[in-house]
Amino acid sequence: MTFMAWNRPHLLDIESLTPEEILTVLDTALAFKAVGARAIKKVPALRGKTVVNLFVEPSTRTRISFELAEQRLSADIINFTTEASSLKKGETLKDTARNLEALNADFIVIRHSASGAPHFLARSIGAHVINAGDGAHEHPTQALLDLFTIRERKGRIAGLNVTILGDILYSRVARSDIWALTKLGAKVTLCGPSTLVPRVFEEMGCRVTHNVEEAIRDADIINLLRIQHERQRKTMFPGINEYTQLYGLNQDRLARTKPDALIMHPGPVNRGVEIDSRIADCDRSLILEQVTNGLAVRMAVLFLVNGGKGPQEITVG
Amino acid sequence: MTDSSLLLNAAAIERALVRIAHEIAERNLDGSNVVLVGIPEGGDTLAARLGRILAAIWQHPVPVGILDVTMHRDDLGQRATPMMHPTVIPFDVTGRTVVLVDDVLFSGRTTRAAMDALNDFGRPTKIQLAVLVDRGHRELPIRADFVGKNAPTARAEKILVRLTEAGANEDQVVLQRK
Repeated sequence: MTFMAWNRPHLLDIESLTPEEILTVLDTALAFKAVGARAIKKVPALRGKTVVNLFVEPSTRTRISFELAEQRLSADIINFTTEASSLKKGETLKDTARNLEALNADFIVIRHSASGAPHFLARSIGAHVINAGDGAHEHPTQALLDLFTIRERKGRIAGLNVTILGDILYSRVARSDIWALTKLGAKVTLCGPSTLVPRVFEEMGCRVTHNVEEAIRDADIINLLRIQHERQRKTMFPGINEYTQLYGLNQDRLARTKPDALIMHPGPVNRGVEIDSRIADCDRSLILEQVTNGLAVRMAVLFLVNGGKGPQEITVG
Repeated sequence: MTDSSLLLNAAAIERALVRIAHEIAERNLDGSNVVLVGIPEGGDTLAARLGRILAAIWQHPVPVGILDVTMHRDDLGQRATPMMHPTVIPFDVTGRTVVLVDDVLFSGRTTRAAMDALNDFGRPTKIQLAVLVDRGHRELPIRADFVGKNAPTARAEKILVRLTEAGANEDQVVLQRK
């Protein structure tokens, strides 16, 4: 029997993963995607385990995707949202987590507005921690599902030109995508207003340009990001209309891309702002495939961290 | 230096498969209802080879599938996670006689996981079990219907199986005593 190239008890970020670990997640997700096509879509892999979805920052699609992934793995689920939680009453994150641990939670899936919150949790408690988005830091499962989708459609990652267009500065998706794509050998171009796409991103191994035509001309994949109004100061750019004029993906610009360039978007989509409504629905758009694949990738991540014991406790036999 | 001994060479593996195929044929009449389902790693290759031998005996094609049982294992989280393989069952198992094929029968836990996993695809009329090597040490009330070789082993020993789908001279089953 050969074993998984994965021994991590948590998934906290993409930055610390090796290319082999990323590929292990993608390969495992392939097996879970096939489960979704069966008449019985549920497997007993996490039977008897308890998962807490600790969403301290609002989320719909990521939370629902994780929830369904957990159900398909036969786990028991507790949903914990800000509105209904004692965090509103002044409890610290650590106390909340320790209370959940006292209920013998095996996994905590956390979404938090503070960067590093999942890392803090992983140090504080014994449960497996999965980062479902922390501030503007990382959103690892989004990057993994993006890579899964790209590999499924293009057959490879290495050597592809991937352009990420939009609000990079405030985007955890962008950071995780950049780490994951560059680790697997894609060439990443970032584009958007200079206030939202500073040159400092070149240090992550990306090309930075503020000219959208140049950014999308040779792209195999165009990944659009929404403007993160909730994280921004008002002065980052003059207005939404100007953003759409200068950086929105419209029919005109799409016509000047490679004919097999594919369009991605992590959602939620602001139709008519960063993307023309018809492009979002066209056959080059992978937006809904990303949602389907997200489920398989999150099943794979839950499954893998369940088997991960950390470097000190490997037992094979 | 590891101390190891050869249990089966390529010719012995082929003879064992031919004998198992004839036993399957004897047990299942004309075989019109039989499908083979191999468990990776090893069992999928054996199932493909058994399928060819049986097709020659029965004079009709025998459906062969692959069933990954990793998601149904009862030892997940207790040790390193085994590699997953694609499950490919391009036929309905309901109402069929499914012969599960594995390379080595040990604790019986893989077989139990396989029977659970198979349940999700339908309700076979019968499930039979064919293994190349039975090494003992069962932890569950499971036994094989068709066995290539019974090999008494110590629990700590390992059985290494090297197989190719076409059958090659390098194919072998080795007992490794650490």
